[in-house]
Amino acid sequence: MSSARDSERGKLFTRRAMMLAAGQTGLTMALAGRMYYLQVTEAERYGILADENRISLRLLPPPRGLILDRFGREMAVNRQNFRVLVVREQTPDLMQTLDALGMIIPLTDKDKTRIRREVERKRAFMPVQVKENLSWEEMAQIQINAPDLPGVVIDEGLTRYYPYGDGGAQVLGYVSSVSEKDLTGEALLELPGFRIGKAGVEKIYDLALRGRGGNSKVEVNALGRVIRELERKEGTPGVDVTLTLDLEMQQFAVDRIGEESAAAVVIDVHTGEILVMASTPSFDPNAFNRGLTPEEWSALITNERAPLRNKCISAQFPPGSTFKVIVAMAALEAGVISPEQTVFCPGYMDLGEHRFHCWQKRGHGSVNMVEALQHSCDVYFYEVARRVGVDRIADVARRFGLGSPLGIDLPNEVSGLIPDRAWKRAFNGQPWLPGETLNAGIGQGYVLTTPLQLAVMAARIANGGMAVKPRLTRETVTTAGLKPIGAAALAPVGVNPKSVALVRRGMYEVVNNPAGTAHRSAFDVNGQRMAGKTGSSQVRRITMKERETTGVLKNDALPWKERDHALFIAFAPADAPRYACAVVVEHGGGGSAVAAPIASDIMKEALKRDPSRPRGPQPLPEVEV
Amino acid sequence: MPKDFRSLQDRLHQQDMTLGEKLRQISWTYILLISIVAAAGFFMLYSAANGQWEPWASRQIVRFGIGILAMLALALINIRVYLRYAYVFYAISLVLLVAVDVKGVIGMGAQRWIDFGVIRLQPSELMKIALVLSLARYFHGLSIEDIGRPVSLIAPLLMTLAPVGLILKQPDLGTALMLMMGSGIVFFAAGVRLWKFAVVLAGGLAAIPVGWGMLHDYQRNRVLTFINPERDPLGAGYHILQSKIALGSGGVFGRGFMQGTQSHLNFLPEKQTDFIFTMLAEEFGMVGGLALLSLYTLIVVFGLVIALRCRHHFGRLLALGLTANFFLYVFINIAMVMGLIPVVGVPLPLISYGGTVMLTLMCGFGLVQCVNVHRDLHLGRRGGGDEP
Repeated sequence: MSSARDSERGKLFTRRAMMLAAGQTGLTMALAGRMYYLQVTEAERYGILADENRISLRLLPPPRGLILDRFGREMAVNRQNFRVLVVREQTPDLMQTLDALGMIIPLTDKDKTRIRREVERKRAFMPVQVKENLSWEEMAQIQINAPDLPGVVIDEGLTRYYPYGDGGAQVLGYVSSVSEKDLTGEALLELPGFRIGKAGVEKIYDLALRGRGGNSKVEVNALGRVIRELERKEGTPGVDVTLTLDLEMQQFAVDRIGEESAAAVVIDVHTGEILVMASTPSFDPNAFNRGLTPEEWSALITNERAPLRNKCISAQFPPGSTFKVIVAMAALEAGVISPEQTVFCPGYMDLGEHRFHCWQKRGHGSVNMVEALQHSCDVYFYEVARRVGVDRIADVARRFGLGSPLGIDLPNEVSGLIPDRAWKRAFNGQPWLPGETLNAGIGQGYVLTTPLQLAVMAARIANGGMAVKPRLTRETVTTAGLKPIGAAALAPVGVNPKSVALVRRGMYEVVNNPAGTAHRSAFDVNGQRMAGKTGSSQVRRITMKERETTGVLKNDALPWKERDHALFIAFAPADAPRYACAVVVEHGGGGSAVAAPIASDIMKEALKRDPSRPRGPQPLPEVEV
Repeated sequence: MPKDFRSLQDRLHQQDMTLGEKLRQISWTYILLISIVAAAGFFMLYSAANGQWEPWASRQIVRFGIGILAMLALALINIRVYLRYAYVFYAISLVLLVAVDVKGVIGMGAQRWIDFGVIRLQPSELMKIALVLSLARYFHGLSIEDIGRPVSLIAPLLMTLAPVGLILKQPDLGTALMLMMGSGIVFFAAGVRLWKFAVVLAGGLAAIPVGWGMLHDYQRNRVLTFINPERDPLGAGYHILQSKIALGSGGVFGRGFMQGTQSHLNFLPEKQTDFIFTMLAEEFGMVGGLALLSLYTLIVVFGLVIALRCRHHFGRLLALGLTANFFLYVFINIAMVMGLIPVVGVPLPLISYGGTVMLTLMCGFGLVQCVNVHRDLHLGRRGGGDEP
């Protein structure tokens, strides 16, 4: 029967349908179970993964600390830097937009090619920099024309700016892009466009000036586009560093030196604060921030007058006759001569087979110590140096700050060189020769000093033999801020104040006695006078033949590199010293003709600018001559 | 004798119900369930477009509206028509499939649709219905003894393998597998012995190495990536990993409507089509996911009940085959986005954005409704009224 067959077929179908339903139920349960596993058991893990997906941490660079001079004038600031950027996806025709932009700001074809290449490489919504350091006018013009410039965006950031340009460039240093070897793992350093200190104060206090970066938590989509900011933590701005420099005096010194390759340091004789640290020729630190072209860089590097080097601390010169003050004190300390005892100067001195010449060919006649300083008589100092011996000279020199780094808060300070017997043995295994003592006695031979060391030496003489130390900041600069330096009493250098006073007397005569070597540079500002010592250090050997034939060649007749260095050390006011100064003009010629006038003008300026200067702590001991 | 004096029962057995009577036989609860799911889909599409009806939700609503009308129209046609033209419909679909393949060869690329100007037709979608229809007709005409004879299985096997082969050539692995499974269910419901399935399965497994060689690289990658999604987290594995992250981060109650971060920030791929369930589960959590799963289950249960209540074999097989197909879609899509099976391009029925699929689906529901309306009809093996 077909209907019976049909019903049998129906029963079979029902059975099969039930089996299918059971199977489907099982599969549905599997789906529900999986859902439970993902959304309950593993929910936390996936929640974290989801946040990692969408939340991106962006670093916010902190504003760099300012660098101020002693009166709070800004020497290094952060300037708003307007950059113009273009976003591809917002501009219908990139080249057309760039052409329109080119009407407002100059754009070369090279620029355009670079931009197009960069645009092609980046994702469509990523801005590409067209130009930075726009002027205010350019920026305003772009904004006015914004409707015609689709996709053009103006972005502002902070860049370092040195308003005084090359005025204190070597002291301030400069900032520049982070290079591979600067990376320490600190995330800030990896920020594109981040700059760090590469020289000078910018370098030595870089960590404090840098500050701590903040961050901004932003939500990004799968392409990395920022959707919104979720949370923002501002960073800590860098510490503002106040220097002891007097910006105007610094500028005055630089201008006064002019074209010469020179170094000038002015230091407070009681506190060690550096008021002027000028090194010329200089450079524009703003250029480093902008990015130097290879040509500009090689021009700086190959310049024989070394604009990048801070000659006050990183260059060393034979001190020449300025070193005679040390020899004089060493002689008094050793008791090999009294202040009144004279030495006869016939214009030369023979030692063994060698003849040592005085700069004054006809000789000075009989001179005592003050006169010897005043005339800078070489023979007198040959003689006393011979009597004292090099070791005792070196000892006094070191007490006055020569021969080792002074620990100024700047990078690349060199130590200079004060030779003695032990040094010579270690240097080349040779014994010390008596003639070398004579050379050292007039600051030639092996002796080398930095201009800063000379200034500190002058300061220690001026303050009566106290071991003042130079510094550029009044406070200790740390990343946490500034900490005042405790006013510790200065330690004496350990030389009889009477010896120091006698040298000061000599230095007074150098300037103020009409017969003194620097009398032309004497001044009287409200009764305040300067004391000093000239020096001309030879950089070449004068042969017998030259002396006999042409005579010693004048500096003008020599190539720049062979001319003498002109030096002058000074302090003022002579009766109650406040400032000490050292000027070194590299291959400048004679100390009295070249260096002393510069130092004189700088000191005059210092005294004029400081009418209410406090008196020095101790009165001068009376010296009889 | 006026028609009115005959009982409704009588007239149901015949074929001359009035339109009103037919409409009353339509299961409106079934339509309501379908509409609720579709509405959930509209809101998800609205969310996927970041709170806008354009471009997806509005079009989907229009398509659903057309679909409802098509469903009602198909439900009211006498079921004998389907029985009579089942093979014709199958033949047309097969020809269209061949046409697509030929066009693909000419166009030097894989194509899955024919452009009729007004609509783009995917013959493979059409075939899903046509195959169930013609298999139902074939098994309707077999006696229970015939089914036991292996010879009688040759014709339906060929009927299945012809379109499967053509679709594999396209190549569309997912649809081919769906078609095989769909027809397998009809075979099973028709009463084919289980050991015969075992034989076919064994044959299939033996063919795996051969099949692996025939797979395209991207298909192999999908399988390999399924086995180890971390193999390539930014490439092929990215989709499934992101889907799991989005789904898992939704938790029990979800992030809230329009608040799904992963989907709205575009970490989730294809959120308006294949991965729309992930988005729903991210925004409404496990609660939302289970609710949707329950609705789907109810729709499937309704289909099963309709199949079981039908008094003719054609209707039973048709309703069951279509319902099983629907279930397969749901299961494969959800299992895929949750990382249970490889990524295959199967949309989530009624919710994923897509025109052809929506229309095919609604036509399928229309046929199921038709079975419901004509459940008590006497239908002879050869399509006549009563058994001779």
